[in-house]
Amino acid sequence: MPDPAILATAVGRRFAGRWAVRDVSLTVAQGESVLVHGANGSGKTTLLRVLSSAISPTVGSVTVLGKPAVEARSKVGLLSHADGHYDELSGRDNLELAVKLGHLPDRIEAVLERVGLAARAGDAVRGYSAGMRKRLAFARLLLKAPPVVLMDEPYAALDPAGHQFVDELCAEFSAQGATVLISTHQVGRVAQWCDRAIRMDQGRLGWSGDASELRTRPADAVAAAEERA
Amino acid sequence: MKGRWELIVGAVGGLGLLAGSALGLWWAPQERFMLETGRILYVHVPTAWLSMILFTAAFVGSIGWLVKRRWGFDFLSEASVEAGVVLGCLLSVQGSIWAHWTWNTWWAWDPRLTSVAVMVLSFLGILALRSFVDDPEKRATWSATATIVAWVNVPFVYLCVKWMRSLHQGQSSVANIDPDMGKVLLLNTVAVTLVAIYFVVTRWRIANAVHQREFAE
Amino acid sequence: MELILESRAVLAKELLHVWRARARLVATGTFALATLLLFSFAGGLNDAALRENSAGYLWIGILLASTLALGEGLRVETEHNAIEMLLLLPVSPAAIFYGKAIGNLLVLLLVGIVMLPFLTVLFDATPTEGVGPLLLCLFAGSAAISAPGTLHATLAARARSRDVLLPLLLFPLVIPCVVAAVQATHLVYAGDPMDQLGSWLGVLFAFCVVHWSVGGLLYSRVVED
Repeated sequence: MPDPAILATAVGRRFAGRWAVRDVSLTVAQGESVLVHGANGSGKTTLLRVLSSAISPTVGSVTVLGKPAVEARSKVGLLSHADGHYDELSGRDNLELAVKLGHLPDRIEAVLERVGLAARAGDAVRGYSAGMRKRLAFARLLLKAPPVVLMDEPYAALDPAGHQFVDELCAEFSAQGATVLISTHQVGRVAQWCDRAIRMDQGRLGWSGDASELRTRPADAVAAAEERA
Repeated sequence: MKGRWELIVGAVGGLGLLAGSALGLWWAPQERFMLETGRILYVHVPTAWLSMILFTAAFVGSIGWLVKRRWGFDFLSEASVEAGVVLGCLLSVQGSIWAHWTWNTWWAWDPRLTSVAVMVLSFLGILALRSFVDDPEKRATWSATATIVAWVNVPFVYLCVKWMRSLHQGQSSVANIDPDMGKVLLLNTVAVTLVAIYFVVTRWRIANAVHQREFAE
Repeated sequence: MELILESRAVLAKELLHVWRARARLVATGTFALATLLLFSFAGGLNDAALRENSAGYLWIGILLASTLALGEGLRVETEHNAIEMLLLLPVSPAAIFYGKAIGNLLVLLLVGIVMLPFLTVLFDATPTEGVGPLLLCLFAGSAAISAPGTLHATLAARARSRDVLLPLLLFPLVIPCVVAAVQATHLVYAGDPMDQLGSWLGVLFAFCVVHWSVGGLLYSRVVED
């Protein structure tokens, strides 16, 4: 039996005395795609950051592919709200840094082409738009090509063409067998291709079920599913 | 009041300090070189020892938190830093008074006194750090880190100032002074220790109560 | 070996960033020079006193400039959470510390070197013991400030009132290295008939050994969330 991609056991994370995530236990199989949704402040971002080991859990534990999350960082890619770029460096410099420090294969030019930043790669990130910064973050994710991909609001700051781009990327990741967790308010859109959906509610894991239930009328489906639960 | 054993300890310490100070002022023999001004030794020396012990207790508490992540260690560190800063300030004031009467200057850049003043500043910075961090876990971890760094710095402070100049008398301890003076010094050292224990334990309890309130559901 | 390679890569990033944002480096150096002028006026334009105390003015200028340089170095890491990106690549916290601390050391060294000619011009201070020992003092003192400075700048960057907190935490801590650096530099300028320079450099070296080790060990506690 292969190790689950992610195994979270009674995970909780507290900030300044308030629990942002509380008592979350979650198993995600390798190759599975999971939609994480919920109201603002429900703990989606904190959950993803704990699962990626960007922040440590206050209680509980997380393993990724059988190892403690902190030891498996090379296997996880996180696309978070803060893009992690150095403003004074160019887009290409930022990616070269990731390649050098992360021991990643040097496919910088191909990746820049893929995300549509080839023409602006030599410019300082300081001058990039929000959408371009997001695309550069995707570029870093593509370079790393990790087996576990966590994306927090990937559609934010992108135009409709950008949304299409995200859909294609997610499909690519899934086709390559990567495990994908995606936190988004675009529930109907993402439910089209995800296997499973979970809902965060005030820091706790609420409804969890098949993403197909959310494909047609997501809001009604969520309410109905929660009533059933 | 049930279980507040530190009240008794503090009361005994306070009485002991009063008695020791009275003995030091009126019973103990005059110090050979410093004459009457030497009587400040009976509070100055115990204050010096205790401030260093308290800063060391903060260091131990900090290591304890980083290794074990038990909140009692953080409370110990916080309480010891506060009490150590208070004693350190008292020590600097006592030393200043002594310097004025002995050398006609309010500050003489003596290595030990200067080391304590620098430590007080360092640990005041750590108290400021604690007040600028809202998250309790981060507060504990960051202040523990800063405390460890401040504590390992102490030998360097002492050495550098000592090499620059030294007017302080030789190290005082019970072993190398008049027996009667030694008795009073020992009494006051024990008394100040008991008073310090009272303050640290009380502050520990306050930190614990604040912690309980911060994490109350 | 892995630590050395990672630290070198982080250092390369630091230096590239300093080069790309060199206007800020120029501003830091200008700030340090301005402090020299301020000391001149504060000292009442007394030539003899200024010459006598020039080593002190040099190191206070470097120390004040260090708060700008250290703060800026951490601002770029926390602004868009780039430091978290590094940790998740993954890069070890110790490598980040050493890469950044060496970068800060080189910046402070450069600021100090820029100040030296102005020390000669403004304060009529010439290094009796030679330029070599002077550069060694600069290097040792900058290294002594850089290690605890990098650790505490990271702490301060993530707390409230960071501009106040960094000097509050750092200045008392680096008093011994400022004392030693000033004494050593003074001996280089005024002459060292009693051969004391080695002792003061020894203090700086010991300070560096302790704080570079402790900093590397503790950095993960400060940088990881």
